[in-house]
Formats: sequence, structure tokens, C-alpha cells
Amino acid sequence: MSLSLNKNPMPEQEPKVRAKNFAEVSLGYTEELAKAEAARCLQCKAAPCRKGCPVQVDIPAFIKEVKEGNMDVAIAKIKEVNSLPAVCGRVCPQEEQCEKYCVLAKRGEAVGIGRLERYVADTARNKGESIAAIDYAPDAQKVAVIGSGPAGLAVAGDLAKKGYKVTIFEALHLPGGVLMYGIPEFRLPKDEVVQVEINNLRKLGVEIVVNAVIGSTFTVDELMEEEGFDAVFIGTGAGLPYFMGVPGENLNGVYSANEFLTRCNLMKAYRFPECGTPIHVGKKVAVVGGGNVAMDGARTALRLGADRSYIVYRRSEAELPARLEEIHHAKEEGIDFQFLTAPTAVIGNKDGWVTGLQCVRMELGEPDASGRRRPIEIPNSEFVLEVDTVIIAIGQGPNPLVQSTTKGLDTNKKGNIAAHEETGVTSKPGVFAGGDIVTGAATVILAMGAGKKAAAAIDSYLQEKKAK
Amino acid sequence: MYKILVKQQLAPSVQLFEVEAPLIAKKAKPGQFVILRVNDQGERIPLTIADFNREKGSVTLIFQEVGASTVELGRLQQGDFLLDLVGPLGKPTHIEKFGTVVCVGGGIGIAPVYPIARGLKEAGNEVISIIGARSEDILIYEEEMAAVSDQLIITTDDGSKGIKALVTQPLKELLDSDKTIGLVVAIGPVIMMKFVAETTRPYGVPTVVSLNPIMVDGTGMCGGCRVSVGQENKFACVDGPEFDAHKVDFESLMARQRMYKPHEKQHSEYIAGKREEGCKCHSH
Repeated sequence: MSLSLNKNPMPEQEPKVRAKNFAEVSLGYTEELAKAEAARCLQCKAAPCRKGCPVQVDIPAFIKEVKEGNMDVAIAKIKEVNSLPAVCGRVCPQEEQCEKYCVLAKRGEAVGIGRLERYVADTARNKGESIAAIDYAPDAQKVAVIGSGPAGLAVAGDLAKKGYKVTIFEALHLPGGVLMYGIPEFRLPKDEVVQVEINNLRKLGVEIVVNAVIGSTFTVDELMEEEGFDAVFIGTGAGLPYFMGVPGENLNGVYSANEFLTRCNLMKAYRFPECGTPIHVGKKVAVVGGGNVAMDGARTALRLGADRSYIVYRRSEAELPARLEEIHHAKEEGIDFQFLTAPTAVIGNKDGWVTGLQCVRMELGEPDASGRRRPIEIPNSEFVLEVDTVIIAIGQGPNPLVQSTTKGLDTNKKGNIAAHEETGVTSKPGVFAGGDIVTGAATVILAMGAGKKAAAAIDSYLQEKKAK
Repeated sequence: MYKILVKQQLAPSVQLFEVEAPLIAKKAKPGQFVILRVNDQGERIPLTIADFNREKGSVTLIFQEVGASTVELGRLQQGDFLLDLVGPLGKPTHIEKFGTVVCVGGGIGIAPVYPIARGLKEAGNEVISIIGARSEDILIYEEEMAAVSDQLIITTDDGSKGIKALVTQPLKELLDSDKTIGLVVAIGPVIMMKFVAETTRPYGVPTVVSLNPIMVDGTGMCGGCRVSVGQENKFACVDGPEFDAHKVDFESLMARQRMYKPHEKQHSEYIAGKREEGCKCHSH
């Protein structure tokens, strides 16, 4: 049997159909497809794929079990290190991580590691996993985790398995952080996937307190001094939206991507008026930015009924920071990409509503500090893109709530918490931090990786503390 | 879940809930707000805290039934539960001894002015309060305000109680009198706060308003509540809700408040339709 150079494609909803619904775009492998894909893995001893995984899943081992049909063993292998495989299988940038190092990638396409991870996790979930609650020691130490996004969930999962009593504090009414408010339903189903994986943590014994804003409801110092937590992990993410600073940004119809996506994903505005949170879309929508969040915004706008959905990006296609798969899906669905285009103002009518996005065309000049060619404005290239909604997806900064209320916690110039890259150790004893609140906006799996490293460091810190 | 300990109708379509929320009551300070949800389909509704009782572990919320979501909220009874309640959010009022202060409350805005007036009184200020409503039957918190004010002035649009005037008229008279006023705090409809700002501006009296713009998470994450203050964008949820009235761009704030007017109507009709359906089912 000759080895296929290409990945087995994953069945998907037709672009025209899916652009009008919120059901998941990708349908996942069947058992047959999963086994066929697993058979492409060469089971190399060196397993270069593992070094590309921020949480070091034993990839060849779980793929071997898939090939042989031992799905129970496969899920156990993954879960040794990753508590959220159904999430990671869907949203990790595998092409930049595990799959980038796959030996097959040198001659053709890498093994579909993400697709297989997703298949294994979905199969286990659909079968109904039995999760045994942890039997805590009477003197188990307590850890508080602030924020229930990917970093916090990874810390909680790892520490619970080590026998620590973990309580997660979440400011919103549902746990999951960006998995709930940011990533759309059509990429990551909320009730069927995210909440099920989080509930698995609850079954282990992790306590999750929602509606608790740390810095207000409790401070970090109170958690340690009054509530008896032996260590605290801060994973509050990048939750402060940036705006462009151009005129007209407060017009009606201008959203931060955070607001637009939160209304739709967390608050289920796509089911308005059955669900009470409204959202304004209009006929033509411009999304400013070129990352995954921008793709999510543009594709969400189509699904909410926009006739036309633009991506306005100041560099060229080659510089788009979004995942290739997301760009591909966006194009298939008919997103209109306006490359080398930079907004200069939002135009509105006398009632305060958006009527257009004034832009200039750009060309690429010399590389800038980021190594990417710097966009330069083309003189006299100004034009107005007629739109009635503008979504700004140019990035997020750190939410300052915890830093500003915690004594002795150092931050950097950008307001991110200063923490050691390998351990999450901060300037405050017993307090650790990781994920976007430390690095600035990045990916789900990098945040989980930071969470895992911090969990290991918290474990050693607490063992030492106990020994004293 | 957060139990409604007391429900009281203060005026037609104005309700008071005292809600069990010990963690919030422990931390609440004048000027702060909470966000609540009635049920799983519900919006996140921001409400300024009208009072808190640390011993009892409760917070008092006063709201007007204006849209579908607040009507749903108003249907809850004593003993029922709110699904979600988070807070205290926002920065508390800056309270110190200013000398003589004027607290202006309009309509439902009288409720959040109350703990601020009390705080200012406790800090040793002479508190003059001006509270206004369209008419006597919808005037709330008169006794409470009287208890924490050295002087209470009441205005109504129709003259059914107190002076027939807008709140700005007695305010201007106070500013013209020989009293030195150290601070004016005003909470009410945006248009009222705008006119209070315009009234005090020529006198250079520091004036603080509490804004309640459209908001989703309330923790600085969505930016929906952004307001232009002194040419700079501020987030009402974390930078406010109180701002220097002389720097707030009220026009843009009023325009933004209108953003979901058509949706509100659609939502109300949907809820009303569903309720009717529900009633039919019961009759069979």
C-alpha cells in the first residue's frame, strides 16, 4: 500500500449552507477516515511532532491506538497531559505546532494530528466518559485559579490530578473564558464541547465559582489571607479591546470584536429575540484586522444575515496572521478581503449611525521591527467602503483589574503581569500567572502550555511549603 | 442563585428588590453597580446599587420596567431567585469632606444618589438634595433622601409635589446664592445630567455624573460602554461609572443609548407573545 501524500479530508458543511447557520463547519472524521489517517503515521521513534506541542501530548502513542481501534486507550493517552482535547483538536494551530514537525510534511501533508485528536475526544464524549472524583487528602492544599479560560483550566486539571483542591473564579456567568465568549459556535460548539470538557473537570473535583470578579468580589490578598488558599494562579487573559483611535469610532454600529463576538457567542444573540441580547449587523459589514478574531467576526456577520462581509487588512495576504484553515474557510464562504487597506475614519449620518469606512490603500515597504514589510500609505488613494457595521479586531490588551488591586504584583510597560516564562512565578510569593495576561494575546494552546508549566511550578512550591 | 428577600413596588413600574448577596454586600460602596441575569436566555442587566446591608448580607436594587428584560425582572416575586448577580463593579464614588454638596436625583436616578448622599453626609458634608420626577406618584425615595439631607428640595414636571420645575432651576438658585458649593453629584436621565452639567459649568463647580451606558460584561472586556470623556474614550464599567460631567460627550452617549431601540420593541413583542401562549396552555 503506498502512503498517501495528502491528509484525509475532514467532511464539512457546504460553504453556501454553513454561511447561513451556526452549526459546526467541520463535521469530524468517521471511524474509517480516522483509522486511515492514523495509518499514515510512520510512528517515528524520534517523534518530532511532540516537540511542537506546547503540552507535549504523546502523539505517536495515541495515533497508534486509533489505528488499532483502541479509542479508550487513545483518549487516556491524550488526557494524561491535556484536559481539553476536543477543544484543542478544533482550535490549535496544528500547522504551526505538532504538524509542522511531522516527517511527512517534508514531502507532502503532515498527519492530521488535530483531526485525530478531535476524533478521539469526540468519540469518548459521545460514548459518555466515566470520570472518577478525586479522593482528596484531609490536609490537601488549596489553590485559587483566577479566570476559567484555557490557561486556568489547564492549571486546574493538572493540579486537581495531583491532589490539590482547586477553586476557579470566573467573572462571567459561565466558565470557559475566550472559549465561550470569543471563539464562535461554528468553530467550537459551546454546550456540546466546551461545557462538557469543563464539566469533566468539575467531576474530577474542581470547584468553579462564577460571577466572581477578582479585584472586586475578592482580592488576591484576601484569597490568600482570609480564604485560606495556599497559592494563586492568575490567568485573566487579554480582555481589553483596542480601538483604532480614528474619528467616528463611537458611532452606532461600531463594535469591538470582543463585544460583537461576546454578544453572539456567550449571550447567543443569534437566537434573538428568544435570547434577550440584541446584536446589530446590517447589510454590509467591515471587519478591521487580519487575525483569527477578525475571521471569526467576518464569518459571524455573514451568519447573522449580512449580504456582504469584508476583511479590511493593511498588509497583504501573505502577512495575514490568521490560521490558513480559517482564511480558507472564510474565502469559501465568500468573505471579501480588502488587502493593503487601512481605515482612516468611520463615517456616520446625523442620527449617529455608521454609513461607511473611510480607507486608504497601502503598499509594502521595508521590513519593520516585527520582520514584516511595513505598509505605507499610497498618496491620494482615499475611498469609502459603504458599510453599516464596523467590527474592530486589531487586538486586545491585558485587563488591569487584578494587577491594580494586588499589592506587590509587578507588571511590564504594557500592563501585562511580569512572570517567569517557564514557571509562571511572579514578584508576589505564592502567586503565579500565565497565558495572555503574561504574553499578550496569543493562542489557546500556548495559554494551556503556560498553565501546565505553572501547575508544575505550583506543585513544587506547595510541596516545599508543606515540608517547612 | 440569589434570593429576593423583599420586593416592593415604589411607583407604577418602579420596583425595589432586596437581594441576598453577602459577598457583594460586604464590598459594596456608594456609586458601584451590579450586573444580573433573570434566566438562562436573559440579557446581562446592569443596575446601580441603591443600598447595601452588610449585616444582613443584602443589596437593594431599584429598577424601572422599561424594556422586555426589566419587565421580566419585575415579574419575579419575593422568595424567587436571580440566576446571576455579579459585583460590586465600577469605581466607588470619591467621598471626602467638600463642605456643602448638592445631590441631584432624577426619576429612577434618585435611588443610586441615595447611598452617595448618605456617604457624603457621614463624611461631614452639608448635604442639599434636589430630587425630581414627572409627577408625585412616580417620585421615589423621598423619606430616605430626607433622612440623609440637611435640606431636601422636590421638583415635579406637573407641580403635583414640591416646585413645578426641572431639577436645574433650584440648582441654579443654589449656585446663585451665597453658599459655597464644593461638589454637585447628579444621577438621572442622560438629558437631565447634561443640563445639570450645563447649569454648573459657568460656576466652575465640580460636577460628577454616573453613567449607565449599554454594557455587556461589565469588566472592561467588551468596550460597549465606551464614552468620550475629555476627548478620550473611557469604559464606564471600569473607568467609571462616575465621570466629570463637564467633560462627558452627552450627545454621543444619547445616540448610543438609542442603538437597540428597534430590538427592544421586537424583544418585548416576542416576550408578550410567548406569555400569551403560556396563558392559553394553562387554561386547557
